[in-house]
Amino acid sequence: MNYKQNLGEKIFNAFNLIFLGIIGILALYPFVYTVSISLSTQAEAARGGLHLFPSELSFTSYKMVLNNPEILTGYANTLFRTIIGTVATLTVTCLTAFPLARKTLPYRSPIMVFILFTMIFGGGLVPSFLLIKSLGLYDNRMVYIIPGLVSAFNVIIIKNFFQSIPDSLYESATIDGATPWQILRLIYIPLSKPVLATVGLWTAVGHWNSWMDAMLYIESGSKQVMMNLLQRIVIQNNIDLVQKGLANPDISQFTPETIKAATVVITILPIILLYPFVQKFFIKGILIGSIKE
Amino acid sequence: MAKPIKGQKRAEPLGKYKDLLLMLIPGLSILLLFNYVPMYGIVIAFKDFILSKGIFASPWVGFSNFERLFAGQDFVRALINTITISLMRLGFGFFAPIVLALLLNEVRFQGYKRAIQTLTYLPFFLSWVILGGIFLMFFSLDGPVNQILMSLGKDSPIEFLTNSQWFVFTLILTGIWQGAGYGAVVYLAALSGISPDLYEAAMIDGANRWKQTLHITIPCLRPTILVLFILSLGGILNAGFDQIYNMYSPAVFERADILDTYVLRRLTTMDFGLSTAAGLFKSLVGFFLIVVVNAFVRKTSDGEYGVW
Repeated sequence: MNYKQNLGEKIFNAFNLIFLGIIGILALYPFVYTVSISLSTQAEAARGGLHLFPSELSFTSYKMVLNNPEILTGYANTLFRTIIGTVATLTVTCLTAFPLARKTLPYRSPIMVFILFTMIFGGGLVPSFLLIKSLGLYDNRMVYIIPGLVSAFNVIIIKNFFQSIPDSLYESATIDGATPWQILRLIYIPLSKPVLATVGLWTAVGHWNSWMDAMLYIESGSKQVMMNLLQRIVIQNNIDLVQKGLANPDISQFTPETIKAATVVITILPIILLYPFVQKFFIKGILIGSIKE
Repeated sequence: MAKPIKGQKRAEPLGKYKDLLLMLIPGLSILLLFNYVPMYGIVIAFKDFILSKGIFASPWVGFSNFERLFAGQDFVRALINTITISLMRLGFGFFAPIVLALLLNEVRFQGYKRAIQTLTYLPFFLSWVILGGIFLMFFSLDGPVNQILMSLGKDSPIEFLTNSQWFVFTLILTGIWQGAGYGAVVYLAALSGISPDLYEAAMIDGANRWKQTLHITIPCLRPTILVLFILSLGGILNAGFDQIYNMYSPAVFERADILDTYVLRRLTTMDFGLSTAAGLFKSLVGFFLIVVVNAFVRKTSDGEYGVW
């Protein structure tokens, strides 16, 4: 449409673009600062100013972090829980959602109530802690995977998507002699790739980011995840943990702050690198979550 | 003749649904075990729980854990802090995503709009361990924020992280920074659902952009705003555990210790009875709030919105 802007609107547009630009910079700046500090030498990190880019580069902090056996173990554990946890969650969630998508399933509504109730009430921290202990999941890597396998929320999202697939597909496959297992694997799952990608990504990010379970239930260092090492290094200031990385580091090349920043960068790198490619699934997830099912 | 047919009909569903019912077993068992079994553990709140004796053998003590809870200043302080922080988040933060969405909606260059949107909701996908770590450096006494303030003429650095009043301010600010972009996505979706006909008709009638925003955009957003506002009132006992736990320190407990952090600290001191009682109090009030709020949302939106 041809619509001529008047002067007021032009001024508003200009201000709006500038204002949003500032918002964008404010959103980005803490990350730029962290990356810049992580690459700084001791003198550079101590310098005042905005730290947009270090004038003297140093990779010592990264060498220390990446040569630290504990951090490598933590990273491996995080990868383990993210990959196995996401695959297992998607599998069990699909298995739970598929029968519930059949409107004729016996006991369908009591089962839905059973699932939905877990969204609004829980036993709380202490009983869960005692349960985990009595099940032998304490200090066991399976504690990362099993307790969170099914969430009511994921079941509902996938169930609703399955319901949007025409019943006639299910019925004609049944007439052709397919079992429900075959129908789920060969028809429903291939048709549901977008929603599975969305739920899978959110689950993966959740696994990557979670730290509470490791803090409460894991004792051995060999089973710690990255987020908890980060917590000990950055939040609790446990710098000794990282200085194991190099035998005789040149002290002019790093500070505790640069090590912390390097650990942060290494932890968020996979998310940041994947983010531009998968963000449409993230947005979809936000919308599924907020609009009534 | 009629009887065998009836019998067949009755036998059929079992066979027909056997596979489907089998599929439900893993998921439902997990929920039963990890979501329902712990509910029984709630009785710990009414017992003098002794770890070596277990839940069954520990003696009943009635409401004495709750009496201890409400007699202790820490719990009451945590309750007040939780509500205060939640209300401040609502007061200062609730409108941030709406304003952001409205401003983004006015941008005509799609690439620019998408770039800003992408930048602003990135933080939502990062854990508060990471963001807390960044902000502990960012707002420290010699961090960049204080350095900028000092270069602008401030005499001494602000104790963003160690002064309890400034800490709450920092919490609210970084909370908005983390969540506004995410919140805006929901409003932008609602905005894109407004019919362009409305704007065209308004333009023909001579309404400028400001008038269009005032008389079309905002009224169309009102149901979304209302529902999200009421829902966040329902979550008032959740003041942001992840964020606070990763940023606070004993110096700011006075204003920043909330129910969730209190429960967790009681757990580490092995006072299971008190911790469970505090957790139960929070769950029950939270449950009640969600039920009431949901009923209210359904009523005001004629059954169109609501969690269930």
